[in-house]
Amino acid sequence: MSQTNADSLEQALEQHRHEWVEKLFELGRELKRDKAGLVGVMLITALVLMAVFAPYIAPHDPTDQDLTARLAPPVWYEKGTLKHILGTDHLGRDVLSRTIHGARVSLWVGAAVVLLAGGFGVVMGLMAGYLGGRTDAFVMRWVDTQVAFPGLLLALIILAVIGPSLTTVVVVLALNGWMVYGRMTRSAVLSIRQSPYVEAAEVVGCRWPRVIFRHILPNLTSPLLTLGILEFARIVLAEAALSFLGLGIQPPATSWGLDVAMGKNYMFMAWWLVTIPGCAIAVTVLAINLVASWLRLISDPQEREKQFARHMAGAMRKKMHATIKKELEAP
Amino acid sequence: MGRFIYRRLIHGLIVIMGVTIIVFVVTRMVGDPVQVMLPLESTLEQRAAFEKKLGLDRPIHIQFVDFMANIVRLDFGESLWQKRPAMDIVFEKLPMTILLTAVGIGFACVVAIPMGIIAALRPGGVVDRITVFVSLLGLSVPQFWLGLLFIVLFAVQFKILPTSGAATPAHIIMPALTMGLPTLARLVMLVRSSMIDELNQQYVKTSFAKGLPFVRVVGIHALRNAGLPIMTLVGWEVIRSLAGYSVVVETVFAWPGIGLTAIQAIERDDLILIQAIVFTAAVCVVVINIFMDFVYKLIDPRLKLT
Repeated sequence: MSQTNADSLEQALEQHRHEWVEKLFELGRELKRDKAGLVGVMLITALVLMAVFAPYIAPHDPTDQDLTARLAPPVWYEKGTLKHILGTDHLGRDVLSRTIHGARVSLWVGAAVVLLAGGFGVVMGLMAGYLGGRTDAFVMRWVDTQVAFPGLLLALIILAVIGPSLTTVVVVLALNGWMVYGRMTRSAVLSIRQSPYVEAAEVVGCRWPRVIFRHILPNLTSPLLTLGILEFARIVLAEAALSFLGLGIQPPATSWGLDVAMGKNYMFMAWWLVTIPGCAIAVTVLAINLVASWLRLISDPQEREKQFARHMAGAMRKKMHATIKKELEAP
Repeated sequence: MGRFIYRRLIHGLIVIMGVTIIVFVVTRMVGDPVQVMLPLESTLEQRAAFEKKLGLDRPIHIQFVDFMANIVRLDFGESLWQKRPAMDIVFEKLPMTILLTAVGIGFACVVAIPMGIIAALRPGGVVDRITVFVSLLGLSVPQFWLGLLFIVLFAVQFKILPTSGAATPAHIIMPALTMGLPTLARLVMLVRSSMIDELNQQYVKTSFAKGLPFVRVVGIHALRNAGLPIMTLVGWEVIRSLAGYSVVVETVFAWPGIGLTAIQAIERDDLILIQAIVFTAAVCVVVINIFMDFVYKLIDPRLKLT
């Protein structure tokens, strides 16, 4: 008896795993249809790999100074060498290695801030939307008030007083950005809290933490994922701007924003110092935005329907053309 | 209506109070203001005298009451860096930021609304796809970098525009462009998506069917109904820029506005000037928010103001 039970459990698990893999494949097929989304996903994968394996990929240490090769131009110039493919900065540090290492800071700050701000905002929004009453009033007043704050100025001051570092940048950006998640989660909870499965969970006797985390939260995954990715793009830009202003990541650490700020003084002699880290930021943010807009398309049923219709129309048109061609060729 | 104004004003006051309290706490409690403001080599007597001058030797709650009372009189004290009343400096710099914001966002609106409408006329078409991609690109380029590229291109290569400062009208072109482009990108996306929704409505078909001219249907009927989210975004962009996001552009082009002053005050540890600037920014945000609510009411009379 127990043997068969275990067997059926295994079978169920197997089937579940199968479904999961199937879903992943379906996502991949859908990705192939959207070229922009595919490019975005590929770029992000490359960036993440680059950030993770930065010390193995980068040809030099990002802080190694080579004062004999200061402001060396990229390799395609006459004076450029293969030793420094993208040239060096005013202290002779390798631009390529700094750019590769810069990906670490940007992605790390982005991920940490989205997790922190998203976690806090989502919990607040869930509580406000589900519990209602005073909790709701309190949280929403708080959100309204903080949204009306001059956020960046306060962030700059707090960073200046506490002292800028990786941790303070993450904390300040998270404190500044949790409200979006709170608002969106709350409105989503309000629209599904009357649905039968939530009521069923209540009738069965679940306490509110279980209802909101086990029953409501999983159903908010796709809008929250899209928002999180969009926020990620915003945070990467914000970190770059803070570092550019000198109130973000501090040397000797490397960050793209910091590199642009340092290259600014040598802009007219060595354009690559400003251009290359700037391009890195732009490409990263563009890739994230492409993925976000693709996700928004596939998570919106209406859009999916439209896409499906377009796909079918395209297929029919092709078929029609083929038959017409065939008829013309063989009269 | 009266009740609405009352509630909004109270909320605005809470926001301003909140901001000033945060600034007060951050500047008094987290760091020792004297240590931040005086040079390291100052003597103990100098420190004591300085504390006395700023009233920092008194208990913290009395300092707080004093601080709030002074704010009501718009008196923050003398800037430590420029040795004149902090509010004078703010009132001198604020118009420059407002000018930059107005030109930058005005430019964004003038370009983005026609662009968005044209893209929305044939969603999925070539023009639409190019517009969407260009706006995504505009959203992804960091503002400070865009500014530097403009300087290299227009000031160094072509030598047609001045690099920095605000001496002549030509000086505003590059900062305003830099400020406006991300706004432009966001606005195009929004105009496009709300116009697509609006153009699919029944009343648009009716208007076409009864023979109204194309420009009238799209430009007046549909655009007006799509106007609310567009206005919200424009208002939000103005708020953002006055609430400190102009810092980046102003730093790149040395535009003598409130953002550049804020950064300079932070660099020089001039806490008094910083307090004045943050307070002013908070007031600006609150005032624009209330103003925007009235604009909504004008655009859409169905809205209930609560």
